[in-house]
Amino acid sequence: MIRTPLRPLARILPARAKGENPDAIERENIRLRHEAMRDKARRRAEGRLLVLGATFFVAFGVIGLRMGVLAQTEPAEPRTSAAGAGILAQRADIVDRSGRILATNFDTHSLYAQPQQMIEPEKTARALVQIFPDLKEERLLKDFSGKRKFLWVKKKISPEQMQAVHDIGEPGLLFGPREMRLYPNGTLAAHVLGGAGFGREGVHAAEVIGVAGIEKYYDERLRDPAQNHEPLTLSLDLPVQAAIERVLAGGMSIMNAKGAAAILMDVQTGEVISIASLPDFDPNDRPRPLVQGKAADSPLFNRAVQGVYELGSTFKIFTTAQAMELGLVSPSTIIDATPPFRVGGHSIGEFNRKNYGKISVSDVIIHSSNRGTGRIALQIGPERQQDFLKSLGFFKPVDFEMIEASGGQPLIPKRWTDLSTVTISYGHGLSSSPLHLAAGYAAIANGGRYVKPTLLKQDGPQAGVRVMSAAVAAESRKMLRAVVVSGTASMGEVPGYAVGGKTGTADKPKENGGGYYDDKVIATFASMFPADDPKYVLIVTLDEPVETSGVKPRRTAGWTAVPVASEIVARVAPLLGLRPEIEQTPLAAITLTSMADGD
Amino acid sequence: MRSFFYVMSALAVIGLAYWAYHENYRTQAAISHAERLEGQIATARQRLRVLNAEWAYLNRPARLRELADINFDRLGLMPLEAQQFGRIDDVEYPPETDLRIDFSGSVEISNQPKLEAAE
Repeated sequence: MIRTPLRPLARILPARAKGENPDAIERENIRLRHEAMRDKARRRAEGRLLVLGATFFVAFGVIGLRMGVLAQTEPAEPRTSAAGAGILAQRADIVDRSGRILATNFDTHSLYAQPQQMIEPEKTARALVQIFPDLKEERLLKDFSGKRKFLWVKKKISPEQMQAVHDIGEPGLLFGPREMRLYPNGTLAAHVLGGAGFGREGVHAAEVIGVAGIEKYYDERLRDPAQNHEPLTLSLDLPVQAAIERVLAGGMSIMNAKGAAAILMDVQTGEVISIASLPDFDPNDRPRPLVQGKAADSPLFNRAVQGVYELGSTFKIFTTAQAMELGLVSPSTIIDATPPFRVGGHSIGEFNRKNYGKISVSDVIIHSSNRGTGRIALQIGPERQQDFLKSLGFFKPVDFEMIEASGGQPLIPKRWTDLSTVTISYGHGLSSSPLHLAAGYAAIANGGRYVKPTLLKQDGPQAGVRVMSAAVAAESRKMLRAVVVSGTASMGEVPGYAVGGKTGTADKPKENGGGYYDDKVIATFASMFPADDPKYVLIVTLDEPVETSGVKPRRTAGWTAVPVASEIVARVAPLLGLRPEIEQTPLAAITLTSMADGD
Repeated sequence: MRSFFYVMSALAVIGLAYWAYHENYRTQAAISHAERLEGQIATARQRLRVLNAEWAYLNRPARLRELADINFDRLGLMPLEAQQFGRIDDVEYPPETDLRIDFSGSVEISNQPKLEAAE
């Protein structure tokens, strides 16, 4: 670049000659040079601004276009995913402890109509009634010919029915896919499973929600997409549950009982192997709750969990166990059970007005003496008795994995007087559910730890809070065994298995208050087997049983609940894999007879 | 030298473009293959679920009990009892017969669409 000099001699010399100031020329040149520099800088800045503006314009334009494209296009699932095939069922299966299906899903269809697309409404209505006899033809015709644009005809239809509807050939009848809950075992474990129904419904899908039982308790877990490929494993055992329900139903009809309940519980893990309540229902077609009458008369009522009853003499073992724990008595201590025994103005009597005289604590349990237990309870006192029963869980509903369990709130006296102490010591005045009793007996059976009953399969024994010493639990078990060997539960002997247990017969309180019925009882047998080292606790409760084989009708648990329980033990113990104590048989007696006969 | 450099870069661009398109087509093919397989897995799982449900339904205790009652003359099935337990050394060795069950000629009982042969 050629720089113009600021003081060019060609102009300076003539200017000097004319006597002008040559500095004016220099200033003029400096001005010109600065102007040129300024113009250049401005052009460059303008160019930069232009580039920057263009860049921003293009960038915002691209973002805007992209947003427009995203807003315009149909949403699409990502095509590649690792777990794409995993989520299919919207509700996890429920299986028993060996993986047998208790509840699963089944694909079916719903039927809906769009009347404005119908060609022959009369013919369609007639044909539909032939396929579904429970529909009303006039009603359908009114819906089809009215102003409605959409109506559900059937929520669930079978494939055969779907084909039949297809064959009508009506374009206004449409099908929507549905997933329905299926309980393949019918009424088995109905109260545990509860049932399921549809929640929000659309044409293409419907929510399946649990309405009762464990289906409702674990609704979130069962519907959680992250977990619904993994079945919910219960502690129930399907064959055992089936056998117990069968025997219980038989026992209920033989004993003319209104209802029955049975609970079989593992004493170490707290797993409930079987829980049954009769009468029951089919969860596939859950009946509606009763509108009138007592809720307890509905088949939906779960006697094992919701039913709170005075469970009678089964409580006596808790009284003696606590007295032994406190060191007040030993099994051989002599207790005065002679009348009169008056507490708070009430006379305490015995069954059939017996008088046992002076007997040992063991005999109090074996003969089920109310007066004997009452005297022991007075030594314990109300506060300590309450604390002990509280530690066994008799003061609040059992924390159990069924939505109904919170309804089993025990009924406790408002004022815990000496009379309450005495009556509660033999199971009157405090109402609790059979499940409470099962947990209490499990504490005796497992050596003195309270285990929480659970419906889920466990990995190992529960730690549990210690409520009594192992020695006291062992002494109590000996007494319970003696009750079956020589006491009130003599019908409870099962060949091959040693059973220990305690009977309880409580008069039913009248519904509207004012005393007890003379001829209505709750008969309970709380038992454990094998008695020397109990693995399971079995509670059997019969509601209003009468045994009529004798001259006089018999209602005591020893004649009603005990035979049913012993039959259950005989059927169930082999299924549970308990080895019976068998006598030595001669070698020739056992051969493969079934094979020899079959050929 | 400069022209050689231009030719080489043009060739490199063509080669890389060919490679990129090739990879793209291969990915597309793999995705649609995976989709097809996922569809088949879904059908198979649905079929499995129906068959499981059917198996559970056919093996429900009430039905098995009825079947045991109906076939009592032939099978003589009884509930398991304590008396039926024995000691292992009391049992004779079984005769050597073939106990395998013949499954040939079995009938497909599911109404689900049969799945196409896997590729």
